[in-house]
Amino acid sequence: MSLRGKAAIVGAALAGCGEAHGKSSMEITIEGVHGALADAGIALGEVDAVATCQPLDMLSGLTLAQELGLNPRFTMNNRMGGSSFLSHTLWAAMLLELRLADTVLICYGSNQRTASGKLMTALGLPTYEAPYRPLFPLSSYALATDRHMTQFGTTREQLADVAVAARAWAQKNPDAFMRDPLTREDVIASRPVSDPLRVRDCCLVTDGGGAIVMRRAETAKDHPRPPVYLLGGGEGTTHRDISEMADLTVTGAAQSGRTAMDMAGVKPADIDVVQLYDAFTINVILFLEDLGFCKKGEGGAFVANGGIAPGGHLPVNTNGGGLSCVHPGMYGIFTLVEAVRQLRGDAGDRQIGSAELALAHGNGGVLSSQVTNILGTEATL
Amino acid sequence: MAGIGQGPGPDAVFAAKLAEGVFEIQKCGGCGTHVFHPRVICPACGSADLGWFAPTGRGTVYARTVVRRKLERGGDYNVVLVDLEEGVRMMSRIDGIAHDQIVAGLKVTASIGEGAEGDPAVVFRPEGEAN
Repeated sequence: MSLRGKAAIVGAALAGCGEAHGKSSMEITIEGVHGALADAGIALGEVDAVATCQPLDMLSGLTLAQELGLNPRFTMNNRMGGSSFLSHTLWAAMLLELRLADTVLICYGSNQRTASGKLMTALGLPTYEAPYRPLFPLSSYALATDRHMTQFGTTREQLADVAVAARAWAQKNPDAFMRDPLTREDVIASRPVSDPLRVRDCCLVTDGGGAIVMRRAETAKDHPRPPVYLLGGGEGTTHRDISEMADLTVTGAAQSGRTAMDMAGVKPADIDVVQLYDAFTINVILFLEDLGFCKKGEGGAFVANGGIAPGGHLPVNTNGGGLSCVHPGMYGIFTLVEAVRQLRGDAGDRQIGSAELALAHGNGGVLSSQVTNILGTEATL
Repeated sequence: MAGIGQGPGPDAVFAAKLAEGVFEIQKCGGCGTHVFHPRVICPACGSADLGWFAPTGRGTVYARTVVRRKLERGGDYNVVLVDLEEGVRMMSRIDGIAHDQIVAGLKVTASIGEGAEGDPAVVFRPEGEAN
């Protein structure tokens, strides 16, 4: 039995992106839920399974159910960091296919920018890393960047071009947080934080939330907007702490991508639009390689000189990504919402012509958890 | 041999050894795999037969970063991943060398120095340099 095309996203919404003054993380989350249910034309009381993962609330699934006034049949709170939401879609598809639930809500929200101005996390440094004071999580990604540069000759300019491409997409997205011009030189001259990463290699610190609603494919067309079908999904977990990652140049995206594409029956060249969790510029290079869009070690050349920018050879992070659009601590849900917008043809100036197949990819921890979803329009079933 | 259910766990054993100036890692009696960080069972074969031994202390820098910090807050410092000769990797710091001289491939030797809170921690120096 395959989950291919068995479940669909029938509602999606964002809330509180940028700065949401005076709102709690759960309030932003609920605003997104309200928007997604309205988008789907579904009453709150029809939701019978919920999923979330919030950084500071260990029991966030329970809080969510309480604040929605629901008594769900299933409450999912599996915590793998920013990739969690792309795992929630797989669990949702399983629940729906087994008829253990009929309407699954997946959501996230954070007020980290207005509440603290920095990443809010309950995580401490690992026992065997703490004595050396790596910045969490930045230094872990810096180490992966350094290794990629050493092993493959990836350059500072190529890394910068990831951020430049994200900004160029953001300039086409009125909802993006940072839309002023950004050049390769700006990125390279920005403040060094943990070499070789500079501040413009790092995702934003914003508020924001998002939500999606999923139903079985058989009823997915009973809603106002075109359904977006889950065609494939896969996970890969390789470590928790960067010092335990076997090869800093190969992530679990190699496994998650292969699993997801096998289930969907597609290959990288079939994908029209790609949404990757770009916590740092190196992420995009690693994931493009591991997902098979280019060979290992060639990610730098792939992204260089506008390769993934508007007009490039592959549209990546069309909303502006975590680097320029929104990054409220965990970004996974935003890859899904942007994929939905592209596949519905709702993406305005940044719309990719006749996008039928999208890849959304989430990253959790320090390159630790990788989860890939392949999404498609009705034409791809 | 440390065993399941006998005495303190491997984290506490490692810390106690380090406090006495001894740096040891584990070796699996079942499959011979060298293990760091300390574990209850071997991640290669699942055996609980993990014993302690002193590594040579020789290693090679696998990756490095320099954390940029204002001078008045203590200035920059390096964080590295070192591959020990025994085939295990650990996070650490290289002392006795300028940060920009640290590159992947640099040969280093372990000693016991101080961690962030002044606690004993395994640190490295370039090979051949006096400690």
